[in-house]
Amino acid sequence: MLEIEALRFAWRGAAHDTLQIDSLAIARGETLFLHGPSGAGKSTLLGLLAGVLTPRSGQVRLLGVDWAALSAAQRDARRAEHVGYIFQQFNLLPYLNVIDNVLLTTRFSARRGAQAAQHAGSAREAAQSLLQRFGLDSAIWPRRAAMLSVGQQQRVAAARALIGRPELVIADEPTSALDAALRDGFMDLLLGECRAAGSTLVFVSHDERLATRFDRRLSLVEINRPVPAASAAA
Amino acid sequence: MKALLGLAARSAWARRGTLALVVFSIALATLLLLALERMRADVRESFAQSVSGTDLIVGARTGSVQLMLYAVFHVGGATNNIRTASVDAIAKHRAVEWVVPISLGDSHRGFAVLGTTPDYFKRLQYADHQPLRIAQGRAFSGDLDGLYDAVIGAEVADALGYRLGQRIVLSHGAGGLPGAEHADKPFSVVGVLARTGTPVDRTVHVSLAAIEAIHLDWAGGAPMPGVVIAPEQARKFDLAPKNVTAALVGLKGRVAVFAVQRFVANYADEPLMAVLPGVALDELWQVVGVGEKALLGMSALVAVVSLAGLVAVVLAGLNERRRELAVLRAVGAGPRHVLWLLAGEGVLITTLGVAIGIVASVLLIALAGPWVQTRFGIALQLAPPSGAEWGLLGAVLAAGVLASLVPGLRAYRLSLADGLSPKV
Repeated sequence: MLEIEALRFAWRGAAHDTLQIDSLAIARGETLFLHGPSGAGKSTLLGLLAGVLTPRSGQVRLLGVDWAALSAAQRDARRAEHVGYIFQQFNLLPYLNVIDNVLLTTRFSARRGAQAAQHAGSAREAAQSLLQRFGLDSAIWPRRAAMLSVGQQQRVAAARALIGRPELVIADEPTSALDAALRDGFMDLLLGECRAAGSTLVFVSHDERLATRFDRRLSLVEINRPVPAASAAA
Repeated sequence: MKALLGLAARSAWARRGTLALVVFSIALATLLLLALERMRADVRESFAQSVSGTDLIVGARTGSVQLMLYAVFHVGGATNNIRTASVDAIAKHRAVEWVVPISLGDSHRGFAVLGTTPDYFKRLQYADHQPLRIAQGRAFSGDLDGLYDAVIGAEVADALGYRLGQRIVLSHGAGGLPGAEHADKPFSVVGVLARTGTPVDRTVHVSLAAIEAIHLDWAGGAPMPGVVIAPEQARKFDLAPKNVTAALVGLKGRVAVFAVQRFVANYADEPLMAVLPGVALDELWQVVGVGEKALLGMSALVAVVSLAGLVAVVLAGLNERRRELAVLRAVGAGPRHVLWLLAGEGVLITTLGVAIGIVASVLLIALAGPWVQTRFGIALQLAPPSGAEWGLLGAVLAAGVLASLVPGLRAYRLSLADGLSPKV
């Protein structure tokens, strides 16, 4: 589903590669817990997986297609179609209401809209049923995102990432702004919905207590290793 | 694209407090440009309408613009009078169809008094060669019975509430000086002219003989001490004018216009000049054009300042919106979407400002039009935008679009650099 091969990535102007990953494969429907210290390049890796960044060399393939083989516009369209993304915080457009924030994805991908409509009748109904499953009742749907609590915002963000059943959901420390009770509830809902949708989940966090709930646990420090000079030369 | 515009509109609405000020300033700039252009066009139109039908204006030698302004628009003054004998000589030229002498100098409550012959009402034309029409009453006869008859323009009648039979007193010169009134010889209104939209509306017309009569006992701009000539007594004097201010000349054919002009210029007994009203108007616009361009330049600067304000406001808000841009990137927006989002916002604001400016200019013309008409005699037209006005509106919009690209391109660069992790 998601494959990395001989990945080398360096930020522009940087003397050394930030990421050097020889190979990594993530299966369809797998839930992966990725951890590592700050500055290890977690967010950079997520940017590469989502096709926002492209590697200096090597391949990152989603559903068999190398991101680097696509034009920038094609990558954007492909991301809208196949990827759901949850940030640590500030996931929502403050001036849109809850429903419109969830439907934002479908504005950029007709296919995601169609997929959502397929199961629920219409994209809007799909958004509503997702919100309900995330414990957000209809009273708050017309509210602007800026009026929500952080916990509610993260659940709306999860609903947006999941609408239209994307093949890949990427979550970048989505629970770090939540307290313990909210965090556990959020994790239950996110994992449950990903499994229900058959989506692959790549979840980044410092909080290793969460790792047990995932199919696989991976340390970025362990897979991100400089390749020996000899093989690099070869 | 439509989705993006919707997003841009909602994002702008969320920040409407600040953006309203920008919209307001763009609307003001638009209003300024439109009002100025409309004023310019209507002043020219109004002037051009006033001189139709008259082929030449003859007067004492002076600037051609000055002669035309005084004879037709009663603005400024005459350097000198011309002899009636000279006017008669011109009237005898074989190419000349008619000559109407006019005598200016007095006024009635701010309106010019024009002494002329009854021919004036037959010969003078305005707009698209339309003759003057008397709406009520009749023209003055020009003989001694109707010596103190006056025919007033539509604006005089409206502004002062005059009707037929109204007794009026003329003031010497521009009026306003105590004692400088021809109070001893009052006139009565015998006719009211239909509205023309030209200086005729703002003029009190009397006969040339009447001008002579009211000045019989005057010398050097003041009543002669100890000399009083009663109105009835005046009829016994020779009231045939020796001098007039100028003469309007109509030709049998336009072809002869330069021949007659040369004839007047070479007239041996008195230094005279004849001007073509259209040519004099063009000269006037050349002079005035510099001022118009300066005003237009100032208005354009106001527009530029407004658009700079737009760029500043949108750019200032951009840093706080970097998270928003990252969210958009994450859901599949490309940097070019981000560019259009920001540029679209600027275009929306500019369009709104321009639209409000148009509405405001219509309101302004509708509300201030009657006042301008009475105060300055210029009819402001409540009409759809002219070509030049569309040009100005297009220029503001185009400049707005260009200005909007500045924050758009900045956002494009930011979202390329930030990707999904804004550095804020």
